Amino acid sequence: MTLYIILTINSITMGGLLFLLSAGFSLIFGLMRIPNLAHGALFMLGAYFGVTFLRMEVNFWIAVIFSGVALAIIGGVIERLLLRRLAGQELAQVLVTLGLAFIIADVCLLIWTGDPIPLNAPESLRGVERFFGIVFPRYRLAVVVIALILAIGLWFLLERTRLGAMIRASVDDPEMARVTGIRVSRLFTIVFALGAALAGVGGVLSGPILSVYPGLDAEMLPLALIIVILGGAGSLPGAFLGSFVIGFIYNFGQVFFPDLAYVVLFLPMLLMLVLRPQGLFGKDPL
Amino acid sequence: MRERCLIIVTLMSLVSLPLWMGSDYYINIASQILIWAIFALALNVLVGWSGLVSLGHAGLFGMACYTGAWLLEAGWGHFTAVLGAFAMTILVSAIFGALSLRTRGIGFIMITLAISQILWGIAYRWIGLTNGDNGIIISARPTPFGIEMDTPGVFYIFTLIVFLLTMLIMAIFYQSPFGVSLRGTRDQSRRMSALGFNVWLIRFFAILFSGFFSGVAGLLFLYYHQYVSPHVLSLLNSAEVLLMVISGGTGTLLGPVVGAGLVVVIKNVASAYIERWNMLLGVIFVAIVIFMPEGLVPGTQRLFRWVFSRIKSIGAAIKSEAS
Repeated sequence: MTLYIILTINSITMGGLLFLLSAGFSLIFGLMRIPNLAHGALFMLGAYFGVTFLRMEVNFWIAVIFSGVALAIIGGVIERLLLRRLAGQELAQVLVTLGLAFIIADVCLLIWTGDPIPLNAPESLRGVERFFGIVFPRYRLAVVVIALILAIGLWFLLERTRLGAMIRASVDDPEMARVTGIRVSRLFTIVFALGAALAGVGGVLSGPILSVYPGLDAEMLPLALIIVILGGAGSLPGAFLGSFVIGFIYNFGQVFFPDLAYVVLFLPMLLMLVLRPQGLFGKDPL
Repeated sequence: MRERCLIIVTLMSLVSLPLWMGSDYYINIASQILIWAIFALALNVLVGWSGLVSLGHAGLFGMACYTGAWLLEAGWGHFTAVLGAFAMTILVSAIFGALSLRTRGIGFIMITLAISQILWGIAYRWIGLTNGDNGIIISARPTPFGIEMDTPGVFYIFTLIVFLLTMLIMAIFYQSPFGVSLRGTRDQSRRMSALGFNVWLIRFFAILFSGFFSGVAGLLFLYYHQYVSPHVLSLLNSAEVLLMVISGGTGTLLGPVVGAGLVVVIKNVASAYIERWNMLLGVIFVAIVIFMPEGLVPGTQRLFRWVFSRIKSIGAAIKSEAS
């Protein structure tokens, strides 16, 4: 029984982290039609920034915010300088993000070396909380709460603000949105920066749970791909639901089928492709 | 006539390469280039001729490696191992095709990437079957017709024969009615479908064909290194072979071969001086896409033309100044 409770808590935490990773990926994909293959690398870069900020004895939460801001700037620059020049050439954009993924991963290896670096959770969140005789690790609870707050914030941004309405319009019909005077190209920069920032925040938050190591990027990228295929491109609820589904399968799979954990992870994606190629909440097939 | 002479000279120099290439190191690099060239030619069937960009071809390549190694490890002969490896690669290619052909364009890239990551995950995590990160070592190369292939020179000749056969089959395939209809589905899939061609089936067969030659390259790779590890299935591998196809210029027969040569040489030269091959690969990717989107061979031609026209116009300007 305890095992199931622990697994469930871990799954929900993982789901929260995956949401931070995949929300940006999904929005970028939905709006710009680019599968940003550098997204895993941005996640890892965020985590490593967190390492550096913490070594400078910055407060954990400040480190999370700094990391997010740094990644937003990097994302914005990538979009402005590279992807913008290739507007409309999907293949070229994919290849550039792939190239960037390799460059970022190698720079990380160069700067932070190949050893795994554990991140310490903030002082106040170490230890456990007890409810109804069940033990909850405090930090994991906090991660879930933060992910939920960010999810609600994103939902509010997309559904209730002018910017969100413009983004939704551009996802649905970029041509028409342009005609009505929305500067779609500026939205591209904003969304790409936002997605990168979310990945960066997710990276730092994942540090105390997963620790930071080379190869984290390659492990995270396929998860983002699966989640978007499951949930549907450009859909925030899809990314949300998909993240938790994958969070559960990831944790339970590793305990019950350790050899096949990776395969089990991909099964829902294969099923979805066969039964409903547009994903749970998507409008068009990929 | 001139072309024929050129082909004969190239062939002669390729065949006699072990004689005039002094050290074993360079003969081995030549073998590597040929193996990668076969792999790049296989991927080019999809990227260049079908308009389907696969970022998961290392999965098919690695499938042949692992099946071959596994069967040899289990005590089967080379003949069975090779046959088994081909059967497995074709089977996986069929699954690959059935799933990925539900989409096109970006979706195709994502699904091929995801499938190859599954295969990578199996190789890496299912330690009982694949020996995990340690990989599988095979003890000996095969001895077709009693010929030992332990020296680099003999193995090179063997690889060259397979490579030339692959080139020949690719050339025939390109000109065959099937090859033409395949390019038809790339350029005008709707019209092809209206003309009564089964576009899905044509693409599916192209994937099987491409998978088969990825398997050929995979087996050669296995016999070359006599070792296989999960690295062969990694995204890096898929990306490298895609870089070969794109850098050489897609669609042509020679492009992927030139690209394979370039990437293997750069990789070997670079790794002699710096450790950062991944970064260099990334930079090359970004640079090629930004500066030479049509591929290195046509891109270089364009660059030369541009430089020449600049020189000419500057020359003309100087002349007109002088007069």
